[in-house]
Amino acid sequence: MNDEIRQRRWTFLKQMMLIRRFEEAVATAGAEKAFPGHYHLYIGQEATGVGAMAALGPSDKIATTHRNHGHVLARGADPEACLAEIMGRANGINRGRGGTIHLCDPELGFLQTSGVVGSVVGLAAGGGYACKLKGDGSLTAAFFGDGALEEGIAFECLNIAALWGLPVIFICENNSADALGMAKGGYPTLVHAANDLRSIPGSLGIEAIRVDGTEVEEVHRVVAHAAAHCRAGKGPLFIETVTRRWAGSAPLWPELATGITDIGMATGRTKIDDGPHSYWYRHNDPVLKLARQILQDDHSARMQIELLDEQTQAHMRAVVERVHQSPYPELATATDFVFAQGAA
Amino acid sequence: MAETSISTYRSAIIDALAEEMRNDAGVFLMGEDIGKAGGVFKQTEGLFIEFGAERVIDTPISEPGAFGMAVGAAMTGMRPVFEVMFGDFMTLIMDQLVNQAAKVAYMSNGQFTVPLVVRTTMGTGSSLGPQHSQSLYAWACHVPGLKVAVPSTPADAKGLYKSAIRDANPVLIFEDRMLYGLKGPVAVGETSLVPLGQAVVARGGRDLTVVAVGRMVQHALKAAERLSEDGIEIEVVDPRTLLPLDVETIACSVRRTNRALVVDGGAQQYGAGAEIAQSINEAAFDWLDAPVMRLCAENIPVPISRTLEPLVQPDESRIVAKVKELLVGHRWPDREDDSP
Repeated sequence: MNDEIRQRRWTFLKQMMLIRRFEEAVATAGAEKAFPGHYHLYIGQEATGVGAMAALGPSDKIATTHRNHGHVLARGADPEACLAEIMGRANGINRGRGGTIHLCDPELGFLQTSGVVGSVVGLAAGGGYACKLKGDGSLTAAFFGDGALEEGIAFECLNIAALWGLPVIFICENNSADALGMAKGGYPTLVHAANDLRSIPGSLGIEAIRVDGTEVEEVHRVVAHAAAHCRAGKGPLFIETVTRRWAGSAPLWPELATGITDIGMATGRTKIDDGPHSYWYRHNDPVLKLARQILQDDHSARMQIELLDEQTQAHMRAVVERVHQSPYPELATATDFVFAQGAA
Repeated sequence: MAETSISTYRSAIIDALAEEMRNDAGVFLMGEDIGKAGGVFKQTEGLFIEFGAERVIDTPISEPGAFGMAVGAAMTGMRPVFEVMFGDFMTLIMDQLVNQAAKVAYMSNGQFTVPLVVRTTMGTGSSLGPQHSQSLYAWACHVPGLKVAVPSTPADAKGLYKSAIRDANPVLIFEDRMLYGLKGPVAVGETSLVPLGQAVVARGGRDLTVVAVGRMVQHALKAAERLSEDGIEIEVVDPRTLLPLDVETIACSVRRTNRALVVDGGAQQYGAGAEIAQSINEAAFDWLDAPVMRLCAENIPVPISRTLEPLVQPDESRIVAKVKELLVGHRWPDREDDSP
């Protein structure tokens, strides 16, 4: 293994840990009723967001769905601004107007994060059309869940993207089952007649790849392949990343079924019991998985991994504290930006 | 005096699109059959020849997908003009319009804009039946973040399109199909711009203000001529845009005439007519000599039959009758002695 791959693994682990601790902080704040409303966690899917974002260029556009926290953080957004947005604060990434399902930063290339699951596919295809018109080699990546394929707009946009050869990477994070659902055999899709989701873009002639969405290196590799395909003017590509959703969507599953992550389960400090989630801890948790891979390559990395985790947790504790103390938006700003001003 | 030429409503819109497309490479058209075919109502005729398939884009029959793409492209720096062939098919794009386009500027604290135009047709008179004849602009007006224009003349059609394409927000423009052949003077170039949110007094008068929407303006102007023969002079005000609504111009007129009738081609229930009427009540109540009245489309689907269809929307005769009724019929009890 060369140093470049080693270095990249550490970068991936750092980002995935940040997302994990961030989401645990969201779930904790949610359980404490520190903010009203719903939220959808990315725990279990970190490897997809991190691996994919690393394969995209700075001028590429991204459209993502309601389970977006991980995507926005993986692209480099400030966790404090993100948490403040989720908690409706004035220093939020959108000044407390969008909230959890609309975290969005145009500086990072985000077009939109949408709460309507299929819509993002339409917006992404439009972004892809604009990228093609601009002709600057940029592309648009659409992140959506398997549920989006139940809506007609996804099929329509796959069709149009194929017809017009648009530079769009359709990244379907198939998270159709959480821990419990998977145990009941609800995988790979709960409510779709097409059990192999690749058959949908496949019927339109779009190259469709399935990848283990808990393997960050694998995701990175196929998204890099897709990006090169788009930039070469070869049209869209579809990637199904098979992920596991640890937590559900609050308020349906308000608690973290698998609890707060113990990195000791990767470093050997903590024994994994034969409880209901043992298989998850051993095989599916992308953070523990990557930590184990790093350890396998370098046994001396144990301290470094635990230190990184401690630092991440301390960082998030400080973020949470500051956000709790940060102000809500001024009432007078409620009517700002109903309409954009002047020329766009 | 600006240079003008005589144009139809249809070609005034085509001119507006062509001028803005020449002016800004980011402007492009999307819709069904708008390319080589030139539109089912010839409403894009000639544009494909000048601008080609890259900018006059025929979409599949995929309204949600294609309109979602228009929104995405607008957020990525383009200025799409998206055509919904029949206003009735707005039902298909509602998520993208209501939950995406209208909300983006607000949700992102102004970081994003959606500079796009939705072009669509509406109205009765073509015997196209219940799913192809509705006038659904009030739906769009209910959503904060959208702008809505309803041009009634060739000059306004051109001027409003040019302004809408240059606007940073999503703007919907409803064209009444029965107006396509209407001829009138149209200004050239920059002098043709009509600002969004500015009503116009289409005809001066002293006895009553008729606020009419879209094609109803044309009916009201004809009604005004007939009423004039009986010595009744009505003022006709055309809001031109329903959102933003220029309440002040409308209220100024009512403060002079002391009576108001709102004529709206959309269904009466919860419609634009109600919004305009209540705006008059709030802005000119002390000047009113009679309740503000509405004359709107019936609350029924638009039937296809030649005998039934004309009953749905207000026309010249019904405006004349309603104005007369309003001038003699509805007075406040303590104003019994006032002569109309």
